[in-house]
Amino acid sequence: MNYLLQTKKIVKTFGEFTALNEVSISVPEKSIFGLLGPNGAGKTTLIRIINQIAIPDSGQIIFDGKPLQLNDVHYIGYLPEERGLYKSMKVGEQALYLAQLKGLSKAEARKRLKYWFDKFEIGDWWNKKVQELSKGMAQKVQFIVTVLHEPKLLIFDEPFSGFDPINANLIKDEILNLRDKGATVIFSTHRMESVEELCEDIALIDKANKILEGKLQDIKRQFKTNTFDVGLSTTNSDVLQKELAAKFDIEKASFKSLEEDLKLRIKLKSEDSAKDLIKYLNSKAEVNHFVEVIPTASDIFIKAVQSNQKTTK
Amino acid sequence: MDKLKLIIAREFMTKVKNRTFIIMTFLGPLLMVGMMMLIAFITKNSMDTTRVVSYIDHSELFTKDDFENTKSLEFVDISNLDLETAKQTIKETEQYGLLYIPKGESIEEVAKNISFYSAESPSVIFTEKIENKFNNKFSSLKMKELGIDTEQVNASRISSDLQLSNFEGEGSSKLINGIKLGIGSAAGYMIMLFILIYGAMVMRSVIEEKTSRIIEIIISSVKPFQLMLGKVIGTAGAGIAQFIVWGILIAMLYAFLLPIMGINTSSQLSPEQMEMMTEVTKNSKLEIAIQEIAKLPIATIVLSFFLFFIGGFLLYSAMYAAIGAAVDNETDTQQFMIPIMMPLMLGIYIGFAVVINDPHGTLATVFSMIPFTSPIVMMMRIPMGVPLWQIVVSLVLLFLTFIGMIWLAAKIYRVGILMYGKKPSYKELWKWLRY
Repeated sequence: MNYLLQTKKIVKTFGEFTALNEVSISVPEKSIFGLLGPNGAGKTTLIRIINQIAIPDSGQIIFDGKPLQLNDVHYIGYLPEERGLYKSMKVGEQALYLAQLKGLSKAEARKRLKYWFDKFEIGDWWNKKVQELSKGMAQKVQFIVTVLHEPKLLIFDEPFSGFDPINANLIKDEILNLRDKGATVIFSTHRMESVEELCEDIALIDKANKILEGKLQDIKRQFKTNTFDVGLSTTNSDVLQKELAAKFDIEKASFKSLEEDLKLRIKLKSEDSAKDLIKYLNSKAEVNHFVEVIPTASDIFIKAVQSNQKTTK
Repeated sequence: MDKLKLIIAREFMTKVKNRTFIIMTFLGPLLMVGMMMLIAFITKNSMDTTRVVSYIDHSELFTKDDFENTKSLEFVDISNLDLETAKQTIKETEQYGLLYIPKGESIEEVAKNISFYSAESPSVIFTEKIENKFNNKFSSLKMKELGIDTEQVNASRISSDLQLSNFEGEGSSKLINGIKLGIGSAAGYMIMLFILIYGAMVMRSVIEEKTSRIIEIIISSVKPFQLMLGKVIGTAGAGIAQFIVWGILIAMLYAFLLPIMGINTSSQLSPEQMEMMTEVTKNSKLEIAIQEIAKLPIATIVLSFFLFFIGGFLLYSAMYAAIGAAVDNETDTQQFMIPIMMPLMLGIYIGFAVVINDPHGTLATVFSMIPFTSPIVMMMRIPMGVPLWQIVVSLVLLFLTFIGMIWLAAKIYRVGILMYGKKPSYKELWKWLRY
């Protein structure tokens, strides 16, 4: 697999405090990579190091096959979590300035800005001052400025904060669009449903250490617990429930269904298989619902962080 | 390099386009000239008022001619009244006061017992004038009494005039020293003013980027050092532009408004200055003065002013930028202002207290070498003639310190711009230097 970006054993300390402890991540090309972790884990520091805003104490960053260089900022677009614009500067002027700082010529920047402003239907904002815009409007401008120079690597830190659902969707579609056009995206967020929706790979950082990395699918497989939600229709549900309780770990489950079923979450013991469970259930009742419980990104996040905090304590 | 240009251009344009900046650029000179005119107008009026003073002469030493009316003083003889009645009468009038010359056995006794009665204490200039008047009169009376011929005495009065010259025999006038001092002080003062006004502007610009949270976006494109340098240079450019506009406008206002207002500039000069002016008008003196001005190291003065101005501003604005980066808002900057204000104040104090008296003494020389005070102190010394090596050493030290300072400031800046929420202490700044 080709990696656009790899960090190798990045260490960063602030005085006594270790912000990153030998963190290595590999971001595959042309995919969306979720960089996750609780508040204060070190995500922002890592992102700043990738953007060459902060300098690591040790470790190396490989970008596009070569050690990261100063000029690579032209190939990176960064939307920080703490973001803003010059309040008293006009939108168009400001966007032109920021685009030129990323290495675009003025004419090229103007052309591309026109395209994006039309696309987002904000053409008539060009001569407005930023302080006249709402927060969501300013965020749109910021998004455009981040992607305008068509960077190979895009880094979004909480890109959806401040957007209403319609605009959040607009931005989400644009991110997917950019990925399809060949950009690689690092996506840092606490909104696990968007991780679920967008990310192919994730890395989880907690207390300065990377504690998990890989394809989201693989990680889910790794975290699954052989648990199934079942909906059974039977004349005597109490008896059936008791029988099942004797054989498996069960608890009440809730999911939507048409029938007034007995809804249970059944956790298999390691020697049992799903096949056996179905066979067994079929012999006892009519099975209307049978779904494997797949851990959500949120479940994985909580589990991994909690177990890490137990071991480090 | 292109990015630095972009940053400088943006900083310059936003400053210049700022409404307050534009208003101040054009209103500043108006206010300044207006204030000066107001002062001139008031002084002129106060000089035009004639003070009426009544006098009682019981000594019979004086004649009417001794109390000649002048433009500012009018005398009324009420010697026919006794003191107590006169006091009562004068108190009720608008007159400035009452002069009482008592009877006496001798001139000395009279001279010691003259009194002046007034509602408010009289001005120093007034008392001096009166005292001079009496001193002259008593001296000539005493001379007569001693049998000395006053005409001879007057003829024997000779005023000396120190002819200044260097060992090569080139003459110089005393006036030129005043000019030199004026040039030096103006240059030093301007440097300080510029640092205070535009250094604070650099600081505010850094704070603005922090509070608007655009800073992280910017420094993902450019190095913090570039941003800081661009800011300092752009602001300096805007400042110089404003200074130039001020200079031109003030000159124009003076040229146009003074004749209209009917204020004669020469009337504002003090007697000493008048004396100097008349001295200059004596032809030979004027020639020497012109020669002297022409001989002033104009090129050195202009060039060093430019270099010290730039060097001083860069040094201090690097400090201002670091302070701006360390704090979240302007109110938190107070504690860090002392290291900036102290050396500037010191420079001005040293300049006015030491350089004026002893421009080439140890103290003046040392402070014109120390980079934080050198732009001010050295500029005050240069018109007096400073060896070239001293200027060069001072400049080298200044620019070396600037490089060291901007390196330190960049470190604080780099860490500070991404720190929010807490007000840092000096200890923390020290820690940042090592991140």
